[in-house]
Amino acid sequence: MSTHAAPDAGGASLWRDAWLRLRANRMAVAGFVLFGLITFLCLAGPSIFTQHAFDQTQLSEHFRGPDRNHWFGTDALGRDVFVRVLKGGQISLAVGFLATAVSVILGVAYGACSGYAGGRVDMVMMRAVDILYSLPFTIFVILLMVMFGRNFILLFVAIGAVEWLTMARIVRGQVLSLKHAEFVEAARALGFGAPRILAHHILPNLLGPVIIYATLTVPAVMLLEAVLSFLGLGVQPPMSSWGLLIQEGAEKMDIYPWLLLFPALFFSAALFSLNFIGDGLRDALDPRAAKD
Amino acid sequence: MNRAWCRAFTSAGLLLFAVSCHRPLTHVESGGRDQVLHLGNGTEPQGLDPHIVTGVPEHNILSALLEGLVTEDPRTLEVRPGVAESWTLSPDRRVYTFRLRRTARWSNGDALTAHDFAYSFRRILNPALGAQYAYMLHVLRGARAFNKGKAGAGWEGVGVEVLDDHTLRLTLENATPHFLELLNHYSFWPVHPGTLERFGAFAKRGTPWTRPGNFVGNGAFELREWRVNSRIEVAPNPHYWDASNVALKGICFYPIDSADTEERAYRAGFIHRTQTVPIHRIDDLRRRRPGEIRFETYLGTYFYRLNITKKPLDDARVRRALALAVDRAALVSNITRGGQQPAFHFCPPGTGGFTAPSGLKFDVVEARRLIAEYLSATGQARVPPIEILYNTSESHKVIAEAIQGMWRDQLGLDVKLLNQEWKVYLDSVTQTNYFTSRAGWIGDYNDPNTFLDMWLTGGGNNNTGWSSARYDELIRKAAATDDTAARLRCFHEAEEILAREVPVVPLYFYVNVTLRHPTVQGWHPNVLDHHPYQHVRLQAP
Amino acid sequence: MQASLARFILTRLLQAVPVLLIIATLTFFMVRLAPGGPFSGEKKIPEEIQRNIEAHYGFDKPLGEQYLRYMGHLLQGDLGPSFKYVGWDVTELIGQSFPVSLQLGAFAMLIALAVGLPAGVIAALRKNTAADYIPMGLAMVGICLPTFVMGPLLILLFSSKLGWFSPMGWYSWRDLVLPSLTLGLYYAAYIARLTRGGMLEVLGQDYLRTARAKGASTTRVVFRHALRGALQPVVAFLGPAMAGLISGSFVIETIFFIPGLGRHFVNAAFNRDYTMVIGTVLFYAVLILALNLLVDIVQAALNPRSRLE
Repeated sequence: MSTHAAPDAGGASLWRDAWLRLRANRMAVAGFVLFGLITFLCLAGPSIFTQHAFDQTQLSEHFRGPDRNHWFGTDALGRDVFVRVLKGGQISLAVGFLATAVSVILGVAYGACSGYAGGRVDMVMMRAVDILYSLPFTIFVILLMVMFGRNFILLFVAIGAVEWLTMARIVRGQVLSLKHAEFVEAARALGFGAPRILAHHILPNLLGPVIIYATLTVPAVMLLEAVLSFLGLGVQPPMSSWGLLIQEGAEKMDIYPWLLLFPALFFSAALFSLNFIGDGLRDALDPRAAKD
Repeated sequence: MNRAWCRAFTSAGLLLFAVSCHRPLTHVESGGRDQVLHLGNGTEPQGLDPHIVTGVPEHNILSALLEGLVTEDPRTLEVRPGVAESWTLSPDRRVYTFRLRRTARWSNGDALTAHDFAYSFRRILNPALGAQYAYMLHVLRGARAFNKGKAGAGWEGVGVEVLDDHTLRLTLENATPHFLELLNHYSFWPVHPGTLERFGAFAKRGTPWTRPGNFVGNGAFELREWRVNSRIEVAPNPHYWDASNVALKGICFYPIDSADTEERAYRAGFIHRTQTVPIHRIDDLRRRRPGEIRFETYLGTYFYRLNITKKPLDDARVRRALALAVDRAALVSNITRGGQQPAFHFCPPGTGGFTAPSGLKFDVVEARRLIAEYLSATGQARVPPIEILYNTSESHKVIAEAIQGMWRDQLGLDVKLLNQEWKVYLDSVTQTNYFTSRAGWIGDYNDPNTFLDMWLTGGGNNNTGWSSARYDELIRKAAATDDTAARLRCFHEAEEILAREVPVVPLYFYVNVTLRHPTVQGWHPNVLDHHPYQHVRLQAP
Repeated sequence: MQASLARFILTRLLQAVPVLLIIATLTFFMVRLAPGGPFSGEKKIPEEIQRNIEAHYGFDKPLGEQYLRYMGHLLQGDLGPSFKYVGWDVTELIGQSFPVSLQLGAFAMLIALAVGLPAGVIAALRKNTAADYIPMGLAMVGICLPTFVMGPLLILLFSSKLGWFSPMGWYSWRDLVLPSLTLGLYYAAYIARLTRGGMLEVLGQDYLRTARAKGASTTRVVFRHALRGALQPVVAFLGPAMAGLISGSFVIETIFFIPGLGRHFVNAAFNRDYTMVIGTVLFYAVLILALNLLVDIVQAALNPRSRLE
């Protein structure tokens, strides 16, 4: 029997097993704890730990290093960097999650259909992807802006529009190699329909690469958000995001290092923890792991 | 580890060692010997056809390659003889007669004659060329009609006459006090007829006549190399009439878009002068390179337009309150930090000898009173929200955030920020589709008219919806008269109207912040940032 | 196999023609829809002059006619003149800048593969040991330091402090080092993570366990069997990544002042340089199509079970 086991019978126990394996994974647990901590800080921090407001300017206090009053120093307008990093985290985490979710769902669905259908359908679907890869992103975003005005939803549309393409190609490649695997052929011989085979036999075997690429998509999405701000589609100042703070801090690293250091630390910590969670999930959900 | 690996590591180490030891002289270090000036030049020029291009980087290069009828004093910008060695002016101040010097030559050795100037003026005014700055020549009699392609308006009707090879007569539509200054604009500079004919470029844009090897100019330098987005290099023109007094052996222009990159290039001794300095580095550079960071007054105003067709900005009280609530001193000392002067009127002080009255001030009490008056007069509880529009750039953003804070904290207004990409922003402004938008204006010549004629009714750059019959009358009167005192009185009253009606909120007057190496001699600060290169040389101070 | 491969490639080449035409058409209308034109600037142009310019470039004709004229030129291989850089043709500008971006991108890709692949393989083989955590930790650092941070950081270290390299420019072989390192390390991080993931996926499979149980050496197992399967996602990622790399990176080219295609790509859109936008987009599309074709072939070769489709 192939190791590409389909978690078909006894699904519930399989999920429970996965959960147990995840809990036993120290790195994954550490990742969850760290990530929870960061999320909590970003959501509750601005009102609990500081009396500064993220948009309170005090021009004469510009570019102060960290001290007891401003833990992370101040920026060009004398605003408190600590509260700005936390506020920016709210935006970045929201964008990172939602946009990644959009790109994963679109990419997996599209790639799986294309790869499984094969033939002419696959050809048309993949050429459509090639076309979307090629269209000028800047102009696309400008048009979105002009036609619909500034709108937070558009941010996800714009980011989703580019980020799902590579995911779709990765998934399609995997499906192409899986669809002639013995266990899929067997399922087909048993008379299962395409949706069932895709959902129950192929999808579980895609989780590895999908999770890995998704954890790589999160930072890309968070940084893309900063680029979109340049075109006027991102967050609206005086609000900020990790991507924007890092971008603005990058060229000042040698004179006002705290402007880069603190947002970069939060950004990295969030990504590291996500990464451990991703690896843990991958191991836990591995359909073959059950046999170990 | 096997032997091959050892060898690989050793050679890699040696290579690294070689890299770290062998360091060629920087451009700045070898400048005194080579006499080659290296300049940061903002962005890649749009081109080198003086009748097509429109920007400052283009000017910086073209002023090395071409010379007009007159040039300017490197310190005072006063008009000096150029290709024309002398000129006379008729009593009605409308007819100029230029005597061209017989030694003037093109860089290929051809003699430069009055016919060449007539050819050039005819080219830029030819409607088929679609030259953007053709309107600079509309001061010439009949030029506008010819440029519009009006039926019956031929070239014969334009006030350009060649009396002989070395005498050119220009007749103006009206007496224009700043006409000779206009001649320093590249739209008036000559192009070589033979070269243009060879490339069919008389009425065609975008032919390769401007490439190295093809370009024929009459300036102190000639074009040697042009690598797009990388470098433009010029070398001395041996046929220049004053070639013996040119010290430099070459100039390299680098189109470095990023101010941070440009500043690093300067610190590495790669360029002698930057075009700008990132705002966040000013404090640091003041400390570390006090003799090299320069703050030079520049003929420009940074301001916010107010769209008077939108509520609540249709009310002059609200507009004036906005102008009074801005703490400009705090803005320039904490944010722009280049020693900019707070602007309490529109036209930069001293423009063409005119300093406007300060009709505005920082007065929060008065501003609050005006807002309260507006609210009770209109029966509203709150001022409707407004929005600040700016084109994306870190410095515009920081200023907008600061002003947002002032209007919010001082007046309790609900102010949002909206940034747009440059061309989208321009579109919003020209369609008057905004509440308040950031803007900057750089004078084209040293006269108040270049600033104040913007606010004429329906003016192409007005874009605020504001209009005042009295204001229009004053500007027209100033343009028509020759009497300096009367002109200044007109401008004075015009500024008073602006301060009362406030279609714009002036914020500060520009300062050019640059880095310039002390070895660059003969380079003098002036309000137009023009630096005739024939006076520049490299030398230890 | 030979014949079917040839037919596969031929089909794809034939498909490329309509795809490119669709891209050109969509881009043509998208860029025309965007507000502002190539000649709008801070100072408003008088109306009669605006008309003169538009007439010169044929912008006064109906859009449909302009489109047909543009496509007519395009089919003859003429991408037209640049509107922004007067005096240069789009083909010339691409021809000058592409070799620069190609060099930089190829070098960066070499670094990325040379660092990323071994790191990923080793990490997967020594899963949950220091040999896994350290390279993967470094890879995460690489991902967390986007190029606009890594670039200035490398410049600060190797140029400002040590003085080994020039902070900018493209004038000698030394100028290749810092930018390709900046770009390469970022992609190395991605490749390392994807390789590790792919390896773990494959290492668990029966045929590899069998091979190992039969006493085949690890090296042999890795190179003969595992890597082939593990590279699937890496290869799928590499197609578009490679196209992106060799068509230039705006951020890197701006920070390091390099005359590559990436700056043209982005600036063309900002300048509304219509012909330049379509030209660069088509050029990039050709790269994407070619590399995705290559990816499909390589993927089929890597996996005996999948067929070329």
